[in-house]
Amino acid sequence: MVRPPFRLRALTRKLLRDVWEMKSQALAIAVVVAAGVTMFVTYLSNFDSLVRTLSQYYERQQFADVFAGATRAPAPLAARIGAIPGVVTVDTRVVADVTLDVTGLDEPANARLISLPAAGAPALNRVLLRRGAWPDPSRPDDVVASEVFCEAHGFGPGDRVAAVLNGRRRELTIVGVGISPEYVYSIRPGDLFPDNRRFGVFWMQRAALAAAFDMEGGFNDVSLQLAAGASSDDVVARLDRLLEPYGGRGAYTRALQVSAWTLENELTQLRMFGLVTPAIFLSVAAFILHIALTRALALQRGQIAALKALGYGNGALAWHYVQWALVIAAAGALAGIAGGAWLGARMAELYNVFFRFPMLDYRVSTGVALWSLAGSLSVAAAGALAAVRRAVSVPPADAMRPDAPARYRLSLVERLGVARRLPQAARMVLRTLERQPVRALLSMLGIAAAGAVLVIGLSFIDVMDVLIDEQFVQAMRQDVTVTFVGPRSADAVQAAARLPGVIAVEPQRIVPVRLRAGAHHRTLAITGLMPDASLQRVVARSGAVVTLPPAGLVLSKVLGEVLGVAAGGTVRVEVLEGARPVFDVPVAALVDDSMGVQAYMARDALHALLHEGRTVSSTALMVDPAAIDRLSLTLKALPAVAGVAVREATLRNFRQTMAEHMNLIIAFNVGFAAIIAFGVVYNAARVSLSERSRELASLRVLGFTRDEIGRILLGELAVLTVLSLPVGAVLGYGLGRFIMTIFNNEVYRLPFAITAQSIAWSWLTVVSAAALSSVAVRRRLDGLDLVAVLKSRE
Amino acid sequence: MSTSSAPVFVARDLTKVYTMGDVQVHALRGVDFDLSAGEFVVLLGPSGSGKSTLLNILGGLDVPTSGSVIYRDHDLTAAGEAALTEYRRDHVGFVFQFYNLIPSLTARENVALVTEIAASPMTPEEALGLVELGDRLDHFPAQLSGGEQQRVAIARAIAKRPEVLLCDEPTGALDITTGVVVLDALTHVNRTLGTATVVITHNAAIAGLADRVIRLADGRVVSIAHNARKVEARSLSW
Repeated sequence: MVRPPFRLRALTRKLLRDVWEMKSQALAIAVVVAAGVTMFVTYLSNFDSLVRTLSQYYERQQFADVFAGATRAPAPLAARIGAIPGVVTVDTRVVADVTLDVTGLDEPANARLISLPAAGAPALNRVLLRRGAWPDPSRPDDVVASEVFCEAHGFGPGDRVAAVLNGRRRELTIVGVGISPEYVYSIRPGDLFPDNRRFGVFWMQRAALAAAFDMEGGFNDVSLQLAAGASSDDVVARLDRLLEPYGGRGAYTRALQVSAWTLENELTQLRMFGLVTPAIFLSVAAFILHIALTRALALQRGQIAALKALGYGNGALAWHYVQWALVIAAAGALAGIAGGAWLGARMAELYNVFFRFPMLDYRVSTGVALWSLAGSLSVAAAGALAAVRRAVSVPPADAMRPDAPARYRLSLVERLGVARRLPQAARMVLRTLERQPVRALLSMLGIAAAGAVLVIGLSFIDVMDVLIDEQFVQAMRQDVTVTFVGPRSADAVQAAARLPGVIAVEPQRIVPVRLRAGAHHRTLAITGLMPDASLQRVVARSGAVVTLPPAGLVLSKVLGEVLGVAAGGTVRVEVLEGARPVFDVPVAALVDDSMGVQAYMARDALHALLHEGRTVSSTALMVDPAAIDRLSLTLKALPAVAGVAVREATLRNFRQTMAEHMNLIIAFNVGFAAIIAFGVVYNAARVSLSERSRELASLRVLGFTRDEIGRILLGELAVLTVLSLPVGAVLGYGLGRFIMTIFNNEVYRLPFAITAQSIAWSWLTVVSAAALSSVAVRRRLDGLDLVAVLKSRE
Repeated sequence: MSTSSAPVFVARDLTKVYTMGDVQVHALRGVDFDLSAGEFVVLLGPSGSGKSTLLNILGGLDVPTSGSVIYRDHDLTAAGEAALTEYRRDHVGFVFQFYNLIPSLTARENVALVTEIAASPMTPEEALGLVELGDRLDHFPAQLSGGEQQRVAIARAIAKRPEVLLCDEPTGALDITTGVVVLDALTHVNRTLGTATVVITHNAAIAGLADRVIRLADGRVVSIAHNARKVEARSLSW
C-alpha cells in the first residue's frame, strides 16, 4: 500500500469528520450514555468499596461469627463454649442497656454499655479508638463513646453524661471516642430507624460494669469466632444448649447480627439499583442512537453506493457505521466513568450518615469501569446494528437511485372527517406522524422513558410520606413509648397512667423467642398487643388495620416466607426468658407490613400461653402535648424505665436523616431524567429537520414565515411530547412498582406510591426539557440556507 | 488502441425485470454485449433504454434476471455478494453522473479510499496528476467545481489500475467546457493505461470519441457502429 504509515485511513477520517458533523446530536446521545454510566459507576463502585471496606474492617477488628446473650452465665462456662467443635475464639462480655440523661435533650436517651477487658484489646469485636484514650483502670466511670453519638451531641473526651445503671444514677466521663464493626449501623434495639442523638454505645471497664449489674464472676453476652468451614448452625445449636440454663436468649450468626444484616440488605439494594437504573438509561441511549443513525445513514445512501462500487464489502461498511455508534458511546462512557468517580465519592460521604466505618476507601473499581465501557459499547452497537444492516444491505444499484418520494395519505383524523377545517400546518403534522407510525411511537416512548425515570425519582418522596403516615400516623399513634427494665406486674400500668400529662395507657407484652418451622428459625420478640388497641396498631402496607385474632400468631409476610409457613400453619415458639417453655402455636395470619420482621399476638393469648398474669414489658402512652416536657423529666429519673421513645422526636429525626439522603438521590434522578428528555426530543427534532429541510425550505420560498414552518416542525414534537406524558406516568408507575418489589428485603418493604403532584412535576420537567430542545432546533431552522437546501440533491 | 485482443466481457441474452410497486419494468429484454481489452465504447440511448442497468450489471452492482455475463474467467451471474465485492475492488472503476464523492473527505482522501484496498494501486497523487488535479489534493468536494469533482471521481476510479472503467453519464451534470475536460481525461486514461472504457450517454455528440457506439432503446440493442476515425475530446461540441 502506498501511504505514509502515520496517516489515518481514509475511512477512519470519514468516520471522525462525519461524527463531528453531527456533533450536537452525538453529544445529546453521549450525555444519555454518560448519565447511565455515571449511575452504574456510582452505585457499583460504592458497592465494591463498601464490600472491600467491610471485609477489611471485619477482619482487622475481629468481628465475631456467632453472637448470644444470656441472663447471667458463670465465667467457667466460657471454657465449655470454647470446646464446641469449630470454635476458635470465645469472648465473654457484660452488656447492659441503660437510660441516659443528656444535657440539652429533653427526653431520656439510651445507651448500650459494653464491657472492655481489664487489660488489652478484646479478643473479638475490637473497638477502634478514634480520639482520646482508653478508660483508666482507676476511674470506674470512664467510658469510650460511639462516634456517631458524640458527633450528634458535639461530645468529645472530657464531656460527661448521666446514666442510670441498675437504678443508680452515675456520671460517666467520655475519655475516648470509638467505633466498632458490631455497630457500623447503630440502632436502638426495637427501633426502626437509627437515631444518633438518642442512642449511643459506650464501652466501659468490665470490673465497673460487672459491679453495677452483679455480673462479677459471670457474663451475659458471648461472641465466637469460628474456624473456616465450621458449621455455624451446629455451633449455634450447641451454644444454645450450653446457655439454656443461664437464660440464653438464642444465639445467632453474623448474617443476622443487626448491623451486619442491615448492611447486607443495603448492599444488595445498592447493587440492584446500580444495575436497573443504568439499564433504563442505556436502552434509551440505544434507541436514540438507532433513530439518529437511521437518519444519518439515509443521508449517506449515495455514499454507501459509491463505497460499494469502489469495492468495499458489506462487512467493512457495517463496521464503519457501527463505529459511529461506538465512538459516541465510548465518549459517553468515559465521561460517565469520570462523573461516577466524582458522584460516587459524594455518595460514599452520605454513607457516613447511616453507617460508620474507619474510613470508606472509595475507588472506582477497574472491573466496574471496564464493564460500563463494555456495556455502553455493546448497547450502542445493538442500537446501531439494525439501522446499519438495513442501510448497508441495500443493493448498490438501488442505492444509486434517489429514494422514492415518501408516500403520504390523508391522516386518520382527516379520513374520519373530524377535522376538515384543521389548519394546513396541523394537517402536515398529523400526516407526517402517521406516515412513520413506528418511529413516532418510538420517539414518544423515548420521551416517555424520561418521564418514567422522573416519576420513579419523585416517587421516593411520596413513598417516604406513605411510610411516615403508615408508621407514625396509622400504626404508632402513641406520643410516647416507655419500655421497662424487664417484665413488670400490672401495677406498672397504673403507675404509668399517673405520670404527668398521660391521657391514655396501653400495656404491651414483649417476649423474646425463637420461632422455628422445620429447618428454618429466627430469633425475635413476640409483641402482645390489645386486640382493639387504638395507640400501637398493626397496619398492613395496604393501610388496612389488622385486628389481632383471639388466638394464634400474626407474622410479617416476609417472616412467613423466611420460615416457610403460611396462615394455618404452625410454628414452634421457644420462649427465651423465664422458665423457657416451648409451644407449638398456630399462625393465624400473615400481614404484608413494611418494616422488619415482626410477630404479634393478642396480649391475653400471650399471657395465657405463658401462664402468667397481666405482665407488662412496655406501655404506649397518649400524652397531653403541653405536659410532654414534664413527663420526659420524670421518666429520665425512673430506674424501672429502660427506654423512652417520643414519637415527635423519632419522626423529626427520621425526616431529617431521610432528607439528607433522599435529596441527593432525587436530584440525581431529576437531573438525569431531564437529560434523557432533552436528548430524545432534541434528537427527534434534528432528525425531522434533516428529513424535511427541503420541504420546509420550499415552504419558505412559497412565502411561509419562519414561525409557520417552525410550527410544522415543532408541532410534531409537541404532539409526541404531549402523548408521551400519560405513557411516561404509566410506565413510571409500572417500573417503580417493579423496582420497589426487587428492592424489598427483610429490613423494609416500601409501598410504592406516587401522588398527582409528583406526576405534575415530572410532566413539567419533561415539557421544559422539550421546550429547551425546541428552542435549540428552532435556531437551526432559522439559519436554514434556502438556496443551498433546494439545490442539494438528496 | 486495437480492438482485436481477447474479450473482457461477454454478455449474452441479458434481461432485467424490476418490480416497482405494482408494475413490472422490463429494463433489459435480451441484450448481447462484448467488450475487448483497451476498447472505448459509448452506449447511447434515451432515458429508460436500459443503459444504466446494463452498466450496473457489468460492474457487478446488479445481477441480471436471466442471461449470462462473463468477465475474463469470472462468471458474474453465478457470483455471490462477496465475490462481486471482490470483483469490483480488483477490476472495475466507476464514474457516476453525480460524482458520488465522499463529502467529508478531501480529493486525496477520496482517492485513498481505493488505494488503501486495491492490490497494486498508484498513489493518490499520481492518480490526481493524471487528471491534472495535482494542485487540488487537499480540497474538499464542496471546494471544487463540478468538473473538478468529476475528475477526482475519475482519479478515484483509475487509481487501482482497473481493467475496465464504467462511466454513467459522466458529463450529464456538466456544461460543455467542463464536460470536454472530463471526456479528455477519460480518453487520456484509455489511451495511456489501456483501460477498456464504457461510457453511457444520451448525448450523441460524444459518440465520436468511441471505437464502437452501441445504441439501446427500450431494453434492446438497436444498432452497433464502428468509428473508423475517432475524434479528439477537445474538438467536440454540443
